[in-house]
Formats: sequence, C-alpha cells, structure tokens
Amino acid sequence: MGAQLRVYRRRIRSVQATKKITKAMELIASSRIVKAQARLSASLPYLTQLLDAISAAASHASDVSKHPLTSKAQEQVRAAVLVITADRGLAGAYSSNAIKESEALTRTLSEKGLAVVPYVVGRKGVAFFRFRGRAMGGEYIGFTDQPTYDDARRIGADLLERFLQPTDEGGVDEIHVVYTHFLNMAQQEARVRRILPLEVVDEVVDTEAEDSLPFPLYEFEPGPEAVLDALLPRYVDHSVYSALLMSAASEHAARRRAMKSATDNAEELIRTLTRQANQARQAEITQEISEIVGGADALSSA
Amino acid sequence: MAELTVAVVSAEKAIWEGPAKSVVAKTPEGEIGILPGHEPVLALLVEAPLKIEAPDGTKTLVAVHGGFFSVDSNRVNVIAEAAEMASDIDVERAKAALERASKTAEGNDAEARAAKRAETRLNVAMGTGR
Repeated sequence: MGAQLRVYRRRIRSVQATKKITKAMELIASSRIVKAQARLSASLPYLTQLLDAISAAASHASDVSKHPLTSKAQEQVRAAVLVITADRGLAGAYSSNAIKESEALTRTLSEKGLAVVPYVVGRKGVAFFRFRGRAMGGEYIGFTDQPTYDDARRIGADLLERFLQPTDEGGVDEIHVVYTHFLNMAQQEARVRRILPLEVVDEVVDTEAEDSLPFPLYEFEPGPEAVLDALLPRYVDHSVYSALLMSAASEHAARRRAMKSATDNAEELIRTLTRQANQARQAEITQEISEIVGGADALSSA
Repeated sequence: MAELTVAVVSAEKAIWEGPAKSVVAKTPEGEIGILPGHEPVLALLVEAPLKIEAPDGTKTLVAVHGGFFSVDSNRVNVIAEAAEMASDIDVERAKAALERASKTAEGNDAEARAAKRAETRLNVAMGTGR
C-alpha cells in the first residue's frame, strides 16, 4: 500500500473515532436538557407557594420596605455579580456569552460608580477570572450540569451574608445574577437579573392599596415579621436555584448544538477524505500498471 | 366530615399529596395540630417529623427540614426547603450522620443542626415520630 493512501486511511479512522465521541455527547446532552427542564418545572410549586406566603406576610407586617432585604442603601458603593458558567467546555459559546454579559454589566455598574465583586459558578468562569488575576468573592465548581438545591442554598447563604454586612466592612449593596435563559432548544440568551434588594414586595404594596386583600386572614406563627424574616432569604435561595437550573438546561442545549455541528463536520470530513483516499488508490494502481507495461515493453524490445 | 387536602412540596419537587383527617407539625412556638375547619394559619416549621393521618387512619411521617406551612379552607400546604418520606431515608446513613454530628455538636451550631436533622430523619424512618 502506498504511503499516501495509508495517511488518508489513518486520518479517516481518527475522524471516525472523534465522530463517535461527539455523537455520544450530543445524545447525552439532549437527554439532559429534558431532565433539567423537568427539574425546573418541579421546583415551580415551591416558588408559587413561597411567593404567596411572602405576599401574605408582607401585607400584614408593619413596614416591609424597611426590611433589610428590600430596602436600598442610601449610598451605593459595591455590587456583587453572580455569573453562572459551565464546568466543562465543548458547549459552543455558552460560557463566553455569560462572561461577556457579566463584563458588560460590570462596565455599566462601574460607570455608576460601584465597585463590582464577582461570584463565579463553573470552572470556565473561574478560569477566566483567575487568568486575569481578578479577585472573586466566591467560586463554586463541580455541579453546573446538575445543580441541587443544597448548592443553591450555599451560594444564597454566602450572598446574603455579604449583603447584610455593613458597607464599610466590605458588604455589597446590590446583587445581580447573570444566567443563561432557555428560550427553546435552539436559542439561549445570557440575561441579567437583580435578586437583592428584593422587588417582590413592591407589587404587594400596590395590591394592598387597592383595598383588595387576595389572601385569607392568616394567623401568623410566630408573627408576620418573623415569618417574613424567615421567608425572604428562602426566596433568594430559590432565585439562585432557578437561575442555576435554567442555566444548566441552556448549557446542555448549547452543548447539544455544538456537538451536533461537530458530528456534521466530522461526517463531511470523512466524505472528503474517502474521496481523496480513493483517488490516491486509483493513482497507485495506474502507476503500477504503467510500471508493469513499461517493464514488459523493455524486456520484449531488448 | 370535611377532609383536609395536604400537599407537601420541597424546593426540588412535590413530595406528597393526598387527603387527611389531621396534620401535626412543629413550629418555633410548639406543636400545632390541624383538623378540618381550622382557621387560616401561616406558620414556620422547625426541624421535626410532620405527622399526617389519612382518613382511613394510616399515619404518614415526613421529615421536614425547615420551611413553613399554610392552612386555608381545609387546604394544608407544607413548603419545606427539604423533605423526605420515610421510604426515601437511608437508615444506616442517617445513623452514621447522627453519630458523627453529635460527637462534635457541643458548642458547634452547624454540627448541632446536622445532628438534629439526622435525628429527625431517623425518627421518621423508624416510624416513631418523636
């Protein structure tokens, strides 16, 4: 076998192996999108109940807008940005889009005179900040493809602690989340959401103004303020949780798409290489024939 | 007689749903029993087993780890941060966790909480409800 042909065949085999891997990753990612979406919708009953309870408690508590989690600081000095990226690569522009969005947000906040403290989820994001030598308020890795509520609670607790710290001791005055919104299988979009100070309660005050209490006259135990104190942090945890789940679904969708085009490219490459290999084989045969004919010719004419 | 409709949901998923004739939960102020026709209540939950008695008298225990519950027109919604049915609890693991945590529980808040949590799970798994 000629050297040229051998090289082509080796490359075809290698591309075929790669194709098998990308195809497998594509299938895994597609099944995980569905799972992540199912988990997102499974967490919705909790959210609705929680919001109802918060609204009910807020309409009874004395002055909600003075609650430390809902009131804006007089002077805003620092803001935290929680950016959610992937642990693994091979997901197209998923992580870099989230990072880009957070950089844009950071710029906007800096223009307003706020110092920004990044909190980063996912190895890709952590690597980005480390490489540039930028300090992070917190880094969380190892769960981005299947986040649990415990992960969210850990992040939520860290963010809350930082938020409740007095500003001159390094506390932050607002907290934003950059996550990737799952529009559909083909489209995901990096988005920004402010989670602290909370805005839920603003709406409640409006409904109350219309003299229509949509809530039963609950008896609160231990009391409306205590209930509110306990529930608002849960809302923050849940916001983080749903951002993580939404991003996980987007991550899988992005990976599926990236792996699908990788598989398509591999197929294309295999086709071209097979053509070239055939050509090389044919050229080799032609050359052998002409060598034999030439040899026989030389013998007979001798 | 009127019945209660009980739903237990955790942050991750719906845990249990069904009719009941009574529910006993533990709030920071003490235990509270809910029977059909109870006035609307919104109360916080502390780490404890939640006891649900079905109309046929069978009792179901759920380990709830923090959260709250609301009662309104015979509908009881238990919203726990985390909750487990007896059948989902790994007894050996809960035992090990209890032992580990109670050793270091003295003066350590997080460990004391972990111990309490393990104890609740164990009680639920054993069906003692205490």
